[in-house]
Formats: sequence, C-alpha cells, structure tokens
Amino acid sequence: MDVKNLLSTIQANKRLQAIIVGLYIVVTFASLYLAQKSVIAFLLLLASLLLLYFTSFSNRVKWLVGGLVLVVLLPLAASQGEAYQSYMEVATLVGIYIAMALGLNIVVGLAGLLDLGFVAFFALGSYTYGIFATSQANNFMPFGHYPLSGESFWVFIFIGCLVAALFGVLLGIPVLRVKGDYLAIVTLGFGEIIRIIFNNLDKPVNITNGAMGLASVKPPELFGIQFMYPSQFYYIVLIILIAVIFAVRRLEYSKIGRAWKAVRENEIAAQAMGIHLVRTKLMAFAVGASFSGMMGVVFAAKQTFVDPTSFTLVESITILVMVILGGMGSVPGVILGAAIVTILNLQVLTELTNWLNQLSLSGVIHVPDALSPAKMQRFIFGIILILFALYRPQGLLPAKNPVFDEKDLKDTDSNHPMNTGVHKGGTQHVHLDS
Amino acid sequence: MIEQVLQTLPQVLIDGLALGAVYAIVALGYTMVYGILELINFAHGEIFMTGAFVGTAILLTFSGLGWMASMPAILALLLVLIVTSVATGLLGMGIERVAYRPLRNAPKLITLITAIGISFLLQDIVRFITELKNGNYILTGPSLFSKQIGVKASAISSVFNDASVKSSFFIVLILAVIMMVALDFFVNKTKWGMAMRAVAQDRETAALMTVNVNKVIALTFFIGSALGGATGVLFAVQYGTIDPYIGFILGLKAFTAAVLGGIGNIRGAMFGGIMIGLLEMFAAANLPVVSHGILGAEYKDVFAFAILIIVLIFKPEGLFGKVSVEKV
Repeated sequence: MDVKNLLSTIQANKRLQAIIVGLYIVVTFASLYLAQKSVIAFLLLLASLLLLYFTSFSNRVKWLVGGLVLVVLLPLAASQGEAYQSYMEVATLVGIYIAMALGLNIVVGLAGLLDLGFVAFFALGSYTYGIFATSQANNFMPFGHYPLSGESFWVFIFIGCLVAALFGVLLGIPVLRVKGDYLAIVTLGFGEIIRIIFNNLDKPVNITNGAMGLASVKPPELFGIQFMYPSQFYYIVLIILIAVIFAVRRLEYSKIGRAWKAVRENEIAAQAMGIHLVRTKLMAFAVGASFSGMMGVVFAAKQTFVDPTSFTLVESITILVMVILGGMGSVPGVILGAAIVTILNLQVLTELTNWLNQLSLSGVIHVPDALSPAKMQRFIFGIILILFALYRPQGLLPAKNPVFDEKDLKDTDSNHPMNTGVHKGGTQHVHLDS
Repeated sequence: MIEQVLQTLPQVLIDGLALGAVYAIVALGYTMVYGILELINFAHGEIFMTGAFVGTAILLTFSGLGWMASMPAILALLLVLIVTSVATGLLGMGIERVAYRPLRNAPKLITLITAIGISFLLQDIVRFITELKNGNYILTGPSLFSKQIGVKASAISSVFNDASVKSSFFIVLILAVIMMVALDFFVNKTKWGMAMRAVAQDRETAALMTVNVNKVIALTFFIGSALGGATGVLFAVQYGTIDPYIGFILGLKAFTAAVLGGIGNIRGAMFGGIMIGLLEMFAAANLPVVSHGILGAEYKDVFAFAILIIVLIFKPEGLFGKVSVEKV
C-alpha cells in the first residue's frame, strides 16, 4: 500500500519527479564518470531515459533532457577511460537495432504482416555500401573508379534506403498474395534466398565476394575528418535514429498509419472502407525496409567488413523478439525492447560469461563451457517469445491509441463554430479506435 | 549436357528417394497439425531433430554397453525407433498442451510466434545437453548398415552410370513406407482416425457429436511427433552426422512438401515429400552442369524455397488440396 501511495504522490507532483530524475541522472553520471569499468553504471545511465519516459513532463522537456543525456552526458561520462570505445560500440549498435526494430514494427506491429526475413533488407543496405566502398565494384561496373571516397557515405545512406525500399516493394508484390502464416513462411524463404545468393554471388561475376565477405570498407568522411571510431559513429546513428523516430511517430497517426492499423484489425472490413489493400501493405513493406537499409549502410561502414553470416535467420528472429518484447505497434515499447535485447546480447551475456569463466578459473564453482551464457541466446529468445506470447502479448509498454473525449470535442466545437469540419474529423477517430 | 544429366540419373534417383522419404514423413506431421488446427507447427522440424539425437544417444549407449553385438542390428534399430517415437510423441503432446492450447483462440500470428520460440528453445536445449555430454554439439552415431551395394544401372541402358547404395537406404525406405501405410490406414479406417477427420472438418460440430476434441488434437500431435522423431532416427542412420540445427531447414523443406501436396492432405504430403527430395537431389547434381558452373550446388536450397514461394503464390491449395473459400 505504501509503495502505491508513494507512487501516486510522485505521479501527482512534477517537482518531485524533476528532483528524482535529476538526482538519478547525476548519480549515475557520476558513478560512470568515476568508476570506469562499471557496466552497471553505464546501463543505469541509459535507464534514465526510461525513467524520463514515465514522468509527466511535456514531450518537449522529455526530448530536451533525453537529448542532453544522449548527446552530452553519456559520451562524456564514458569517455574517461579505456572502455570508452566499447561502451560507444554498444550504444551505436543499440541505435542501429532500434531503427531496425522500428522498421519491423511498422510491418508487424502496425500492418500486422509477420515478416521473418526482415534482415534481408539490412543485408541489402550493407552490401550496397560495401560493394561500392571497396574495390569490389571494379569487377562489374563498366565505368567509374572504385572504391568511392568516404564522402559518398552520406549519399549512400539515402541510396541504401531507396534500394531496400525498392526491394521491399519488389518482394512485396508477389508475397502479398498470400496471407497470415503463409506470408511468414514466404518471407522467411525470401530472407534465406537472399542470404544464399549473397553467399554465392562470386561467380560468374564476382559481385559480393561470396562467403569471404567484403573487407576494409571505406570509412565515412566529412570535411576531411574520417569516421573511424564507434564514438564518432554514435553521433551518426543518433541523428538517423532521431529522424527515424520522428518519421515513425508522424506516420503512425497519419492517414497511412491508420490504414495500416485498419488492415491489421480486419482486412476485409478495411477494404470495404475504401482502403487500397495492396498499396497500403506495400507501403508498410517499403517504409519498414527503408529504415533497415539505411542502418545497413551505417553498419557496413562501422564494421568495415560485410559478410553473409551477419544476416542469418537468427538475426531476423532477434529483431522480431525486440518487437514482441517491447510491444507490437508501440514505438516506445519497441525502442525499449530493442535496447534490452541488444544490451543483453552484447553486454550482459558476455559479462556474465567472463565472470563465470573467472569463477571457474579460480576454482570457486565449475561451470561447463556448454552452459556459458553467451551461447544461450536462442534459449533466452525462445523463452521470451513463448512467455510474452502466452502471458503478455501486448509487450512491456503496450501500444496506446489516442483517446478523444467526445464531450470535450463537442465543447470546442460550440466555442469555435468556424472549425466544425476539423473537429468532426476528430470525432471520427473515436469511432475508429473504440 | 543431356548425357551428363542422364549418367547421374540413377544415383540422383536413389539419393532423392531416400531424402524424399524423410521429407514425406516429416511433412505428414505438418499437414496433420495444419489440417486440424490451421497452425504451422514450426517446432516440428525441431521434434525431428530431437528424435535424431535421442535415437543416436540410445544407439551410442547400446554400443557402449556392448549390447549391439548381442542382437541383430535391425532389432536394435526397431527398439530405438519405438522408444524414440514414444519420447518425441510425448514431447509433441507436451508442447501442444503448454504452448498451443492456451492460445487456441488467440490470433494466429501469436501462436506462430510461440512456435518459433519453442523451436529455438528445443534447439538450444539439445545443443546444451549434447555439448555437456559430448564436448561438441555435432554428433556422429555408430554406423549401422553401412555396406555399399552397387547398382548396375549401366546394364539397363548404356547411357546410365552405375550407382551405389548404402544398405541403410533400403531400411529407411521400407520403414518409411510402413509408417506411411500404417498412418493412412489409421486415419482412414479406424474410429480414432474418423474422429481426427471429423475434428479437422469442423471442430465444433465434432464436439457436439461426442468427439473429445482436446484428446483428438493431443493424439494428432502425438502421432505426428512420433513419426517425426522416428524419421529423425532414420535420418541419423542414413546420413551419420547430426547437429541441433538440422531441423529448421529440413522442417521448412518438409513444410514445402506439405504445401506442394495440398496442406491437410495426408497422401498429398507423402507425394510432395518424395517430389521435393527428388527435385532437390536433381538440382544439387545438375545445376552446375546445366548452368555451366554459374550456379553452384549451394543453390539447391534456393530451389526448394523457390518452389515453396511459387506454389504458395500461384496454387496455394497445392496439387491435391481443396480450394478454401474465405468467409466473411
């Protein structure tokens, strides 16, 4: 009871919230700043964003504080020691996966089309940049000189986006004739086909260099500065991510976003309401794929190495786990889910493994190698998928539909008789969403 | 070019038939479950894989205890098949009870997602146990029936090359045929089989006709999984080496077979399985020849998936299935 009371007082009091969040950020910042090797401090500082999400400030304040934490505090606190680049590496990958999960969220969460081959678009983006930013393109391009300079990276972000979107539409056209679980299988098949093709496209013309992969991809360059380190990529990813989140938020409440939700709930009813099914679904595929393609370009540039093993089915399922864990259709949820899964994968599991190894070495307990947490990914993902599907299908942060108070809308109507048309649009929302 | 294709044809037919028999029985599991619940049991490929591991483990224990020498190999194999199929059958029933039954009225996508979860879980549990016992998750069973028998195909016509067959091929084929005939008899001629068909046709009406629907669904999972597990053993005997990740792609191809034969149709699944096995072996042997080395044998998987996609897009009811009409 006390906890409940405490929570409700905090919820009611904005100043208290500000103090708590501020204190939390300062403490975690200081602990990361001082205790460099502490992964926990790093994670806690990231968690301040989640805390921020639950406060009742206006969106603008939330964005400002969140931006401050991400742009200034996190890199500054992490930059004090040797672990700097590895922290930034994790943060960068978290950003990349968040953007991909947001893309998949449009396809699965909003439009209700289960895509099990989503990583294919990521692969397309990666290879688009990888091929032209290495000497690989010399093998088949009749003109031009390769590798292209690092400055082309910025153009390639858009090219990767377009290529992925194009393939999203091309795959979508045949695939969308099938529905539901068949669609899942077909997309899975397409994902595997693309991976196998990339794996074997070193003959007759060597385009992808097959299983060997493309090495030493040119790093991005801007005004003569080369982007080599994760701490630099972090800012690129952050900018793209903010653009992606902005786009997703706008799309969700736009006409096409509402059409996606309608198609998800009931295809036939949506069609009867005048929604063009094929066009709506293709849009979902294209938009979702384009985010993935963009991040593929960044990924290729960051790793400076592209090979088909980064694009297996497990990757597709990992992205799906992010969406399911966070909550299908919920943007904050998916961001949280992607962050949790990526950090779990990259930091928690490896740290646990190291810790257990040390324990085994010092002879405290003996943990067999087979049990090492770094190998348990599938187990953990499997458990997450099953438990969430069974007990919490709406995810950690469920999607919320905007609720319009009918009475409130009518009142504004009578106050401003000039705006009736606009507000009638508002009342229609109520019917759609309820 | 045609000459080359013809030369390898006898070997392709033999290998394709062995693989096709495996696909056919695994496809039965998919098609039975889909027929009754309209659910793609993604975990079925993993049940097949578990069966392969359980069977190999038992065989290894037998030879470790020195029992293999004291009984004929075929008896040992039959014993292993029975034990494995009961074990995987119970596993399948358990999966249905825990993961699918609570979601029977949930949206289909949710059930599919749990199925993927189960499939990942099984892969990792099997990997974990094998690695713990064995130090390595790739397992090689004792070689049974490994005698090579030459087939004098050149005696029939001079265009063919001679082929060779492992004696396990005949055992796999004969046991597979026995399993398929037994299942066909069970479904079409017995009372329980009739109940299964009734539930597949209309679950609610069947329930009104005093058919215990939950029991029938559990039985379906038991039979499908038992057959899948037994096939896993046959696969391990025929191909020797197994790892925890064989189930997924094989399951996908078996699903392709089920779709090709018309999902829900048991005889169709058998036919589809044999077809896919033959086509895959044919593609693996001849793609490099036909395309002058441009397309390698690795593209055989692309070939299988392409069949799946083409069938689903242009003829989703399969070769022998009924066209389903969506009612509003």
